[in-house]
This record gives sequence, C-alpha cells and structure tokens, in this order.
Amino acid sequence: MSNNAAMLQINDHDGLIEARLMMDAIVDEANIQSMDRELKSIIDGREQPMVVINFGNVRHLSSSALGTLISFNSAVQDRDGQLRLAEINETILEVFKITKLDRIFVIEETAQDARASLR
Amino acid sequence: MSDLPGSDTGFRDNWGIASARDEIESVLQQVMALLGGHGWDETSIFAVRLAMEEGLSNAMRHGNCDDPNRRIQVELSGDHDGLRAIIMDEGPGYDPQSVPDPTADENLTVASGRGLALIRAFMTEVTVVEPGNRLEIRYARPAT
Repeated sequence: MSNNAAMLQINDHDGLIEARLMMDAIVDEANIQSMDRELKSIIDGREQPMVVINFGNVRHLSSSALGTLISFNSAVQDRDGQLRLAEINETILEVFKITKLDRIFVIEETAQDARASLR
Repeated sequence: MSDLPGSDTGFRDNWGIASARDEIESVLQQVMALLGGHGWDETSIFAVRLAMEEGLSNAMRHGNCDDPNRRIQVELSGDHDGLRAIIMDEGPGYDPQSVPDPTADENLTVASGRGLALIRAFMTEVTVVEPGNRLEIRYARPAT
C-alpha cells in the first residue's frame, strides 16, 4: 500500500510503516509542522506501532526538526511501539551525534536493515 | 580565510529583513549561492547553512518574538577559505550561559534548545555579544 503526502511518502509493509521524508531540507517551520502532523497521523489508532523514518532524501535539517522527531519518538514509545531512523547521510548523522540524539534514537544504515530489526 | 574578506576574490553582503520565514529562506538561498559560486564544498556549505539557519531562527523566534515588524540585520563577508557572519535582532538579548546543555542526560528528550549548541559545534568561533542580541560567527574551511 502506498500513498503520497506533502512531506512523507508512506509505505505499509504488512503493518510496519515506512515513512520516507520527501523534502531535501527540513528547516521551514510550516514544513516541520506538516511533518509533525503527518507523522502523528500514521500512528493514530495503532497499538505498538512499528515505524521506520527514511532520511534518504534529506540533506539539511534544523534543530526544530530534531525536536519534532523527539516528540514523535515519545509518542511511539507511549504506544509501546518502536521507531527506527535509516538512510541518514554522513553530515546529518553528525548532527545526531553532536546532539547525542544517537543515544535516544535507534539508527540503522539502510531502510532494509531498519525493517529487519523490527521483525 | 584572507585578512581582507570582501576583497576582489571574496564576497561581502548584508541584509535587513523582517522576522519572517520566507525572508530568512531568501537570505539563506543567497548565501548558499554565494558559497557555491566561490567553490565551497557541500560539507562546508552544510555547516554554514545549519549555523545561519539556527542563528536566524533564534533571532526571529526568541529575539524578535516572531514580530514581523522587528528587523534582523545580517552581515556576511568571506572568501574561498572561510567567512564571518553577524546576525542581530531587536530583542533584549539573553545570557547564553543560561541555556541548558541539550546533551545532558536529563535534557536529551527535551524537544527544543539545540540551536546554539549546533552553531558552536559546526562553526570555528562563536560569540554572543552582550546584551545577547548579536551573534558573531566565524568559519574556517578545513584544509583539503
């Protein structure tokens, strides 16, 4: 199953949700709010949601975008779900390491690895 | 970076913009074009974009309280080897020492407060000039 949205492309792999970020820069506050809404909508009504966020298109992101990801991670955990981040390029990964957010997010190199880790 | 940024081989520009997202994005796009035009690599452009994005967002949101009537002044000079930038808002300023360390264990799940830490991490030199509404950054490109 697949559908397109402004910020995310959602693919449902037998109940495991992969959300691919479609923007190369996640810095605009309006876009970040859209991302927030779209991320929350994919776990609405789900118990123990399993979610992979695919960063393959992303070249820039702001601290505000990090904040949205932190809130989403908490929302997933509140539902006893699990979140994986994948396909993060080296410079973006550096942002996660500098902020030590690599300690609260589980980051996999590829989306395939991320999906496999949730099976 | 040469001693004379803005000389024949360098660049120099300044902007006075409203506290509005589209105006910030316009400045960032112009800065990126400048850097690209001077042969900057993707990693260095990423660092500068991140720092200026965070500095301008802080100026708009925290300094000018999202008031579009309050202005942000931006000055930029540099060359192939590095740049200096100044971002000033019309707010009362703040004490950067009062910003909690976002990498402390107790703050890792707090959704905000990482902007200044990212600027410091990616820039060579960062100064918040008293009373705290003027941010000065310097970036020296790594030797290749």
